[in-house]
Amino acid sequence: MSATVGSPSKTILDDYARVVGEDVIDQLRQLARPLEGLKVVHVNSTRLGGGVAEILDKLVPLQQELGLNSRWEVITGEGEFFQCTKSFHNALQGHAVNIPEHLLRAYENTNSQNAERLRTVLEQADVVVIHDPQPAPLLKLCSNRRGKWVWRCHIDVRQPYRKVWNYLKEFLLDYDASVFSLADFAQPLPNPQYLITPSIDPLSEKNMDLPEEEIRSVCRQFKIDLERILLLQVSRFDRFKDPVGVIQAYRLVKKFVPKVQLVLAGGTATDDPEGEAVLEEVRRQADDDPDVHILLLPPDAHRTINALQRIAHIVLQKSLREGFGLTVTEALWKGKPVIGGDTGGIRLQVINHHTGFRARTPEGAALRIRYLLHKPEIMQEMGRKGREFVRENFLLPRQVREHLTLMYGLFHGDQDRIHVG
Amino acid sequence: MADAKTPFAFKDCALAAIATGRRAQNLREFRDHLETVHTGSIYYHFWGRLLRPRFDNPEYNNDFAVWAYHGLNDAPLAERLSIIDPTDFSDLESLRKQLLEVIEERLDEIEHVPWSKADQQFNFIRSQIVVFDTRRVIREPSELASAIPNVSAGSIFYHFIDSRRRTTESIDDFRTWLHSFGSPYADLTEQLGDLDPYFVSLTELRAQLASLFANYFGGKS
Repeated sequence: MSATVGSPSKTILDDYARVVGEDVIDQLRQLARPLEGLKVVHVNSTRLGGGVAEILDKLVPLQQELGLNSRWEVITGEGEFFQCTKSFHNALQGHAVNIPEHLLRAYENTNSQNAERLRTVLEQADVVVIHDPQPAPLLKLCSNRRGKWVWRCHIDVRQPYRKVWNYLKEFLLDYDASVFSLADFAQPLPNPQYLITPSIDPLSEKNMDLPEEEIRSVCRQFKIDLERILLLQVSRFDRFKDPVGVIQAYRLVKKFVPKVQLVLAGGTATDDPEGEAVLEEVRRQADDDPDVHILLLPPDAHRTINALQRIAHIVLQKSLREGFGLTVTEALWKGKPVIGGDTGGIRLQVINHHTGFRARTPEGAALRIRYLLHKPEIMQEMGRKGREFVRENFLLPRQVREHLTLMYGLFHGDQDRIHVG
Repeated sequence: MADAKTPFAFKDCALAAIATGRRAQNLREFRDHLETVHTGSIYYHFWGRLLRPRFDNPEYNNDFAVWAYHGLNDAPLAERLSIIDPTDFSDLESLRKQLLEVIEERLDEIEHVPWSKADQQFNFIRSQIVVFDTRRVIREPSELASAIPNVSAGSIFYHFIDSRRRTTESIDDFRTWLHSFGSPYADLTEQLGDLDPYFVSLTELRAQLASLFANYFGGKS
């Protein structure tokens, strides 16, 4: 996924330097210098698709360019293995899922088979980062390991289904550290629990600048009027994202701003049985209003989402419960004020009166939208502040830096202050 | 850096945040945790917050005060916690004592212990700071003008904020270094002392410092 068109640069780090500034990239180089040659292995369960693969696709080459000897290994498995790990995922997010014994056996056997293949690489590594529960048992299967092992949890585990968590916890006890995305997600474990917030990649298709014509083409495709106000929420059709509440807010705004349009863009959520029901509810609520566009987009519609976020005047993420809320980060990066739910990582990003407003009800969201539509200069100022806020805090190089910092932490134990170089 | 001939070596730092697993939902629980929590947590919530995602114009300048206001809806407590200047204390244990004093006083004067919502509990986080060498060295104070715009936000944090905890005088490293040159820079050190680092982001602080040094040395040359 190339960042720039027509002007290839020497390194990936140079590409990022153009976005975040030379000082930030210099800092990464200095921080990484003492770690040169460190053997780091990341392990997850898919090379393509999903947030973890997207992160590793960039993180590993960046670590390599910084001088670390990083590599990315993927465990392989069959249907029952993935059925089991999908159930883990749901259970860790709080659903009461009972996983049959034969699926748990498939999970353990698959890890044993992968350990046979990966053992040498893993046992010789200085640092092994295991992403999410799929490869978690590998540690116990590498008895001659010499390096530090980290379990990186990308899932919202603030209220995991205890039965499944207790099963998985057995595989996690011997790790040297674990990493969670937010403090709310951290679980009692006998190792240090580092906190690394997610980030967006400014050079990815979802966030890179797009040609004007491509943006216009997306408008034509979905019959969106570029001359009129557009509100947007990008999220799967899930009750926690409150799409119905978004339509209610839109209606309250419409009374005062008749020409307003709303786009609800989400995935098809084939593995979510409730998704269909929520979608039906959303359609009923929209009641064939021609100004409400419900878009079912494929998982790889990154450029379309990018274009929609750029067209929107205000972006909503009216979640009732949220992990970090990367769609908020994406919208702020595109200079849009965000009306977000007062929950999870949205609180870190949507700062009242600065980058947008947090609202708890459709009424609250509508009031803030009306306010912003009457104050275009404030909207513009919020957009500017939001973009700078993301530039300083929520872009990929910051995540790279925190991974480097974590590595020092692993080798220096409990010290508060570590001097290197 | 006590000797005028000693060059100024820029260091940089990065912060790792570590969950302590301690959470408080009401002021009494908060007090109990505060009594025994790792001092690294007090550092993180007072100083470390300047090195992590935050917004300019913060209403309160430490995490404890922010939670008192937004989590507990206790504005008087938030105001009292916010006015605590960590540089007034020789170490983090003394700072802890002062925090506990303010909280005890508040618990004595209120009828009901304030609670937060379940999703607004206070998470005690502690920090681990990695300090590293930038290989950037200056020998003359006038070089600060060209050096500052190019150093990282982490470097500004280390030399201008973290230094207040490290040095016996609780001041920034630039002033410590300039003092070693004697009186010629007295007015510059005075101007540095007037910069309040608690209400701006690190990049803004860097811009303020750059402008201060540029004006000073620009005017002198």
